[in-house]
Amino acid sequence: MSYKSTEIESPVGKILKAREHVSQNEGLIFEKSAPGKRGMELPPLDVPAVDASKALGQEFTRDAIEGFPEVSEIEVIRHFTRLSTWNYAIDLGMYPLGSCTMKYNPRVNEFVARLDGLATEHPQQPAEVSQGCLRILYDLQKCLLSITGMDAATLQPVAGAQGELTGLLMIRAYLQSQGNPRKTVLIPDSAHGTNPASVVIAGYEVKNIKSNARGQIDTDHLREFCTDDVAALMLTNPSTLGVFEERIAEIAAILHERGALLYMDGANMNALAGVTRPGDFGVDLMHLNLHKTFSTPHGGGGPGAGPVLVKKFLEPFLPVPVVVQKEDGKFGLDHRRPHSIGRVRAYCGNFGVLLRALAYILAYGPGLRQATEDAVLNSNYIRKNLEGVFDLPYNLPSMHEVVFSDARQKKHGVNTMDIAKRLIDYGFHPYTTAFPLIVPGAMMIEPTESESREECDFFIEAMRSIAAEAETNPELVKTAPHSTRIGRLDEVAAARKPILRWKAEEGGSR
Amino acid sequence: MRYLPKSPSERREMLEAIGVQSVNELFESIPEKFRLRAPLALPAALSEPEIIQYFQARAAENSKGYTSFLGAGVYSHVRSVVTDALVQRGEFLTSYTPYQAEFAQGTLTAIFEFQTLMCQLTGQEVANASMYDGSTALTEAVLMAERITGRHRVLVARSVHPEYRHVLQTYAKNLSIQIEEIGYTESGQLDRAALKKESLEQAAAIVVQSPNFFGVMEELPALAEVAHASGALLVTGIAEAVSLGIVRPPAEADIVAMEGQSFGISPSYGGPYVGVIATRDKFVRQMPGRLAGQTTDAQGRRGFVLTLATREQHIRREKATSNICTNEALFALVATIHLSLLGKEGLREQALQNLAKARFAQAQLEKIPGVRRVFRGPSFNEFVLEFPRSVKMVNQDLLREKIIGPFALGTHYPELTKRALVCVTETTPRAEMERLAAAIGKILERPV
Repeated sequence: MSYKSTEIESPVGKILKAREHVSQNEGLIFEKSAPGKRGMELPPLDVPAVDASKALGQEFTRDAIEGFPEVSEIEVIRHFTRLSTWNYAIDLGMYPLGSCTMKYNPRVNEFVARLDGLATEHPQQPAEVSQGCLRILYDLQKCLLSITGMDAATLQPVAGAQGELTGLLMIRAYLQSQGNPRKTVLIPDSAHGTNPASVVIAGYEVKNIKSNARGQIDTDHLREFCTDDVAALMLTNPSTLGVFEERIAEIAAILHERGALLYMDGANMNALAGVTRPGDFGVDLMHLNLHKTFSTPHGGGGPGAGPVLVKKFLEPFLPVPVVVQKEDGKFGLDHRRPHSIGRVRAYCGNFGVLLRALAYILAYGPGLRQATEDAVLNSNYIRKNLEGVFDLPYNLPSMHEVVFSDARQKKHGVNTMDIAKRLIDYGFHPYTTAFPLIVPGAMMIEPTESESREECDFFIEAMRSIAAEAETNPELVKTAPHSTRIGRLDEVAAARKPILRWKAEEGGSR
Repeated sequence: MRYLPKSPSERREMLEAIGVQSVNELFESIPEKFRLRAPLALPAALSEPEIIQYFQARAAENSKGYTSFLGAGVYSHVRSVVTDALVQRGEFLTSYTPYQAEFAQGTLTAIFEFQTLMCQLTGQEVANASMYDGSTALTEAVLMAERITGRHRVLVARSVHPEYRHVLQTYAKNLSIQIEEIGYTESGQLDRAALKKESLEQAAAIVVQSPNFFGVMEELPALAEVAHASGALLVTGIAEAVSLGIVRPPAEADIVAMEGQSFGISPSYGGPYVGVIATRDKFVRQMPGRLAGQTTDAQGRRGFVLTLATREQHIRREKATSNICTNEALFALVATIHLSLLGKEGLREQALQNLAKARFAQAQLEKIPGVRRVFRGPSFNEFVLEFPRSVKMVNQDLLREKIIGPFALGTHYPELTKRALVCVTETTPRAEMERLAAAIGKILERPV
């Protein structure tokens, strides 16, 4: 291995940049491997050993796994610790990714999820010895129903997208029971990509409806589109612009008159918890993203949980099993549900995620409202301080997030992605770029309640400073980031000639 | 509230800066009649020690102190404290999906390593960044086979995990995919004679699991030949991934759908786990889920990015290969660290220990009068026994001995009442296997 060093100019002459430090040049685990090393030992076998090829037959056994790592414990520790330092994280600072709700992930939740007697439990063990797990699920259901104003829940879906699919399958099963499953599902053009993708798996066609000039559902347009073929509208509320649908009652009424249902994508529930309940404003069913609103860690892309909450009339269609409390006070799993849509995942879903979400809710209690208020306060504070610096395409009251556009900076050749990358140099994770699709050059900022006033001020300062740079030194912004271990990566080359695994003979370039 | 970093006066000052009197003004876009007046009906806020107490109390209501012989898709295996210490680093735990590659090279590099490990294990050419779990991975593999072949029938072995098949049915119901279930022989393997020619000719895939739900290995090379001869794919599910330490990889399969829970992930009452889809290079554009790929920056330094995203929902919307967005990245990392520690020799030794222990347990249990081994095909760490009476009754008695008995197959297979699926792993002490055999012996001696 060679550690190529780059010389850069500095006030004290030419120096080697910090990124050439050994911890910044970590190779792949496979490249550290040497025969005979290992990082984990097993207790000795306490029964007679067997010969695999005799026990299974030669045709069912394999030789040693080609290229598999052979490294010691300290090398594993160093390798992954070094990799970790190449990441940004909520524990390091503000992560203003709009629509993603990157809030603090309480450490006590990690502790309780690992308790002996919870982490150790097998999903098929009898209910007699699972009362603790079942009660956790039951208690969480009760809390989520309280927060949303709905009547019944399933905790089985393991992601928002799977929650959407589960909800759509329930809509179909319900409408089928009424005689006609119908054909299409309406989706606003501001929606997340998972919405239309889920609709297709549920066997429906997608019909996109345009937002009006205010970025809201055009109710006249909706009325026109809402034919007898429409099964449901999937609505994110507040919308991906961070704006509450003011005509929500009318929207629900239009759908219900036509026998269609109102599905709410709860991705933005962090703007509503404790302030208003979807069950009160006409929503028939919805999902929550526990890895957003309810603080379970994103872990670099997952796991999540996407519980679905429904009104009473949809309860028969919930996935099996359903967590129930019996007359004797004991908890159990009800599998005998003839109208159920079936199962969307093995077992009871992401129990470890569900448990963390309950720990989060227990920490706040009714005080969840304060978290919501602070989230909305932060986003409005940032908006106020950046208005006039960045273009605000929809001048509507912001809730938990605010969407600017790069229209002003574009004049200097600087776009939303450039500004986002430059934010990295200021120590912030970029905001969400280029979404929602209805805003060209979107800059979607969601601070969450986890940011102090000081952190918000730092962010505002960084954004203002980048806006100034876009005018005075656009090249600096366009070539950012400058402070990271590596520069902007060639994504086109990555897709044109995909290298998706390490191979011994190639070794990889350095 | 300890999680909220603002003082009352800071809140007031921020409201002033915004130009409003009270925070309620920020919620005026919500129609008045829908605004909550009363506090949420939730239990009062708890301090950290109280939260710990609540969960410790729940843990005490579960199976602490019991020995379990359950497998059936979820396995108790060794885990290192090193893995847990590393994944609890905030830089991994509290980071987002690595869309901003320059600021997420740690996660991306680890995903690339995960993809590589999964290829090495399965004998496939490309693996994705993770699926939700084994059940949804198998389902997505079937949808993928349908896209590749343009055929709409799938032949699914009844020896595939029943809950996986249930998930597949739920997904397939509205996609005009016809599922034909194929039975098993006395060996516990797929009944090849039951594969009808006319079905095969319409089939997108033959779907098996190996080791299957009965713990028996399928004859994958032969099944691949049958499938390929009629233009179908072979989709192979794996629920017990530790088997790959010693068992021949499913290299002949066209798509492998695996549950990675066995790689250092605790049972945690059903999740989170990590699903895997691995396949041949030529099918990569039909794969669901995220992929990390190698590339370079302007100065030629190696780096990793999420790539081939034109398959995914955030780009393709209703034309995407799947609706998956959030996956199980943190548990793919657990598996990556765990396998790095265990290494080439460790994984092989672990697999061999499972095999040896299962053989030992089997011999002990077969000695009990009236107990008989059912399927004779080659098995890894699970095997099926027939009891002279209902497994549920035996298990009720075992619970009194603080033993969680084997899985009662009658739950999912009406023809297999009195059959029990026993699982032992390297974590099952010999003394506990002997205790199980003695306990069952005693139970069966007693009159019903």
